[in-house]
Amino acid sequence: MQQTSLPQMARTMTPVLKVQDLKKKFGNITAVDEISFDVNPREIVGLLGPNGAGKTTTINMILSVLEPSAGTITIDGSDSASDRTRVLMHTNFAAVYAPLLGNLTILQNLRVFGMLYGIKRLTERIEEVIRQFDLEPFRKTKYGVLSSGEQTKVNLAKAMLNKPQLLLLDEPTASLDPSISKDIRAGIREFVKSGTTGVLWTSHNMYEVEEVCDRVLFLSRGKILLEGNPRTLPEEYGKKSLEDLFITVAREPLSLDLV
Amino acid sequence: MRISPIFAIVVREYYLMRASIARIVPLFVWSAIDIVLWGFLTRFLSGLVPAGFNAVTVLLGAILLWNFLIRIMQGVSTTFLEDVWTRNFLNVFSSPITIAEYLSGLVISSIIMSIIGVIVMLSIATIGFGLSIFVYGVLLIPFVIILFIFGIALGIAGSAIVLRLGSSAEWFIWPIPAVISPFVGVLYPLSILPPWMQAIGRLLPPSYVFEGMRTVIAGGGISSASLLTGFILSVLSIFIACGFFVYVFRYAVRTGLLARFSAEST
Repeated sequence: MQQTSLPQMARTMTPVLKVQDLKKKFGNITAVDEISFDVNPREIVGLLGPNGAGKTTTINMILSVLEPSAGTITIDGSDSASDRTRVLMHTNFAAVYAPLLGNLTILQNLRVFGMLYGIKRLTERIEEVIRQFDLEPFRKTKYGVLSSGEQTKVNLAKAMLNKPQLLLLDEPTASLDPSISKDIRAGIREFVKSGTTGVLWTSHNMYEVEEVCDRVLFLSRGKILLEGNPRTLPEEYGKKSLEDLFITVAREPLSLDLV
Repeated sequence: MRISPIFAIVVREYYLMRASIARIVPLFVWSAIDIVLWGFLTRFLSGLVPAGFNAVTVLLGAILLWNFLIRIMQGVSTTFLEDVWTRNFLNVFSSPITIAEYLSGLVISSIIMSIIGVIVMLSIATIGFGLSIFVYGVLLIPFVIILFIFGIALGIAGSAIVLRLGSSAEWFIWPIPAVISPFVGVLYPLSILPPWMQAIGRLLPPSYVFEGMRTVIAGGGISSASLLTGFILSVLSIFIACGFFVYVFRYAVRTGLLARFSAEST
């Protein structure tokens, strides 16, 4: 049986991400409205909601590229507003709208980003993620000429370079075929189970969410409307599937019996 | 400041340069053309002006130093624009890099890129037109330092303008040296300018370099107070430029401009 050390136990008890009363206003528009949630170690939390619900705004605030109007974000025990560098050393992310450098090869991209994160024994770590995501044939290929599936794998390899405590994945499998998506989901799950990383995952693919996420948060108009296990939540609200529940949240949130 | 993130920016530029002749050629080609053009012009003028006026040293030397400033400035701006062209802000600024480390990376990249341009310019001016840069003696050192610092300041200020206004604002960056040059007396003494232009010129560090350069060539002594003023102004300019960049960066983080940089704002 695998034994857990005391520091590891302490770490597994503390949320890797703690969001409290987080709010973002753009002029008169409230994009995120005082939301609070946690992500625990080894937990994959799905952040679901229709387009414009505030998912990417929330992720941008967690990544410190967008300043909250109010509220706090604590990552791995440190406040992101006052300890940005330390927080971001333990965080990473991947998203289709944040491609890597098209004119650099896979190896060069991973080296540059590895240096940005100040990773020790970088060459060794690069070889590990290259093996993990089956990128061996492409190591000297420019990122820009890869297929979208291959690019996604490189994005994920970059996101795992620093073995983050918190991994943010904004629709990581969007535009991928089901076969590649399945492999990528398996790779992420394996990574999460083998360490103490917590994942915040956004997706519009409810099948994927049910398969991967331990817990989901439904966001609509900047507020968290529902939270729970994606496999039991639809039944709790009298819906046949997670997709039905999603559609209800998106179209008629008031019809749900929310307490 | 940590070394690793700074060199991440430098290494990225090295990888990009190594793989693309289109990135290497502009580092020296325009400056080289300038030196060739002015080299022949000074050779022509040398036959027209009275003996004693060394057109090569006065004019070509000034053009070379001015191009040095331009190369430094463009080195900073081009490295910054790489992140604009590749829409890489989200990846870079969601990493633990600080603004000071990022700007340091831009400056070191600029120094390396500028060396290539300076070597080419100096070779053409020396071999082709007989310019001896050592005619300025040890004063060449403060001249270069002042122009270097001011070039960095212009590059950082230009980058802040693009960060604030969006990628199309890069066209504001390229003409900055041309706009400044009439005020700093690259090719003529400040005294021929109207008073209001002289007043602006005295606020710009390169004025002290080009005035000093002409004094040295004419055999006069240059006052250390004048050099010190140029140096203090150049240091002041870099503080202002860094402050401006930090201000714009914070604005971009507060308003969402950084996260959605592809959408230009005015």
